[in-house]
Amino acid sequence: MATTVQTGTAVHQAERYGNSRVSESLFRFLLYGAVVLGGIVFAIPFYWMMRTSVMPTTQVYLFPPEWWPERFEWHHFKTPFAVFPFAKFFLNSTFIAAGSAIGAALSSSVVGFSFARLRFPLRDIMFVVVLATMILPEHVRLVPTYLLFVELDWIGTYRPLIIPNWFAPAFYVFLMRQFFMTIPRELDDSAMIDGCNPIGLFWRIHLPLSLPALGVVLIFMVTAQWNDFLYPLIYIQGVPNYTVALGLRLFEGHMTNNMQALMAASILGVLPTIILFFFAQRHFVQGIVVSGVKG
Amino acid sequence: MASISETQTQKGLASLFGRDGKPMKPSTREAWYGYLLASPWIIGFIVFTVGPMLASLVIGMYRTDFLTETTFVGFRWYQNVLSDSLVRKALINTAIFSFTVVPINTALALLIAVMLNQGIRLQSFWRTVYYLPSVVSGVAVSLLWKWLYQPDIGLLNSVLGPLLRPFDIDPPRWIFSTEWALPSLIIMAFWGAGGAMLIYLAGLRGIPTSLYEAAEIDGASSFRRFFAVTLPLLTPTIFFNVVLNIIGSWQVFTQAMVMTRGGPNNATLTMVLHIYNTGFQNFYFGYASAQAWFLFVIVLIFVILALRSASSWVHYERV
Repeated sequence: MATTVQTGTAVHQAERYGNSRVSESLFRFLLYGAVVLGGIVFAIPFYWMMRTSVMPTTQVYLFPPEWWPERFEWHHFKTPFAVFPFAKFFLNSTFIAAGSAIGAALSSSVVGFSFARLRFPLRDIMFVVVLATMILPEHVRLVPTYLLFVELDWIGTYRPLIIPNWFAPAFYVFLMRQFFMTIPRELDDSAMIDGCNPIGLFWRIHLPLSLPALGVVLIFMVTAQWNDFLYPLIYIQGVPNYTVALGLRLFEGHMTNNMQALMAASILGVLPTIILFFFAQRHFVQGIVVSGVKG
Repeated sequence: MASISETQTQKGLASLFGRDGKPMKPSTREAWYGYLLASPWIIGFIVFTVGPMLASLVIGMYRTDFLTETTFVGFRWYQNVLSDSLVRKALINTAIFSFTVVPINTALALLIAVMLNQGIRLQSFWRTVYYLPSVVSGVAVSLLWKWLYQPDIGLLNSVLGPLLRPFDIDPPRWIFSTEWALPSLIIMAFWGAGGAMLIYLAGLRGIPTSLYEAAEIDGASSFRRFFAVTLPLLTPTIFFNVVLNIIGSWQVFTQAMVMTRGGPNNATLTMVLHIYNTGFQNFYFGYASAQAWFLFVIVLIFVILALRSASSWVHYERV
């Protein structure tokens, strides 16, 4: 878990509302009430998903709905694997996510380094273009890139989903560049006195130092690819090649009367991103701060 | 190009790059490395961005399924876009979605961030609770909400039903009713407010306490302090998020595709869903391209409007 930085703000705010004891405690009471209530509202959909996944069939379709399962039936988590090659779907999604993330991390760090540290004509204009493409609605490229992949005979492979991410996606270039800007230039000087060229400088100094930022790129890309639906829908053919997202939708069509199995499959589908979040929470938060606050 | 002081450091550094004694000018050498290392982006930009965008314009002038038929139709698709009632429906739906989700989500995210920043106990726990829904998205979440919206045995109506019964009102049938289907997708989007909340929370922490102290010495009330100190200092962050949210909200697709398939009666037909249907379901790729350009121009207009408005409300002085 990320450590809570006890800023002056917190202490200060206590005295800020501390004009009188009564209004202070009333404020605290309302504040905690709102935080807890809002937290419950935000958490309930997850609870409902879990509660549904373990309920007996006789209970799940009751009216009015019941909140607590009368007994826990874990076998619904096996159903997805019995009906479709769900394990294969997980493997496929993992392959696409990992392939994209590694490519995005490598390419955007190289490009980010170039924009942050090397001087060359048109560099600043190019960086403005990078920023501009960040705010480009990507669907304007949907049809022509499809045509391109048809021409390359890539339809039905994972290449259309992975390869474009090997060419430094704008958002990650921005993220890496912002990170490299924070590395002190004195390090560059000493490395070059030792006889590094820019590639050596990147490889020996900047890359090792930028592991946290690379982690952010990896996490963001994995999450984005894991959750993606439109591009797999367009490019993937044949059920054995499906990603988890496609598999879930296919599964839904076959499980209209088995809500427990569908919710169990959905839980399994979101579990990797949630696990990733808990393991890398610090990076998540950091990445969001770098990309959002300093933007 | 580099200023004088920069040029000097550049010379100092770049001369070291030329250690192997080649007669190449040091700055040229650095520039070559620059282009070399930036080349993944340059190539990707040409192959996957500029090229396709221009190609899209051209494809929009053909009636083509990419297989059997390719007929030049000039600007017919582009004219069609403006008179097509389905496109208009999709445009209105997406506009309603964007114009409700962006402001409400921004306000909600700010509210939660400010609440969590009041020095409450277990702050990182609550932060996780509010943030987690925005980590998960896509098909699984759409399936979950479809189940929550189930009119008879879904969670929402099992809570709403008893509350509305005294007033003799039936709870809405959510995604199965033409009036409530789009609001259903909008309400669902609020669940993802945690992403922006996290950014605002980080922004709030960056505001120096000295400013609050100064405001307090001036006798500003807590509300006044929020609107005179906190909010102005957060505006650059808010602005950046609002722009990204505008773009994201205009591209809403997965929910509409998985939960309602655009229905009932096109009540949730969104622009990207309609582009998908036109191109990848009905194989009018030319028309899909023309629609995509139409969407692109519309989003561009709103982004430009947002950028234009920035000078009047975004506070750019950094402390």
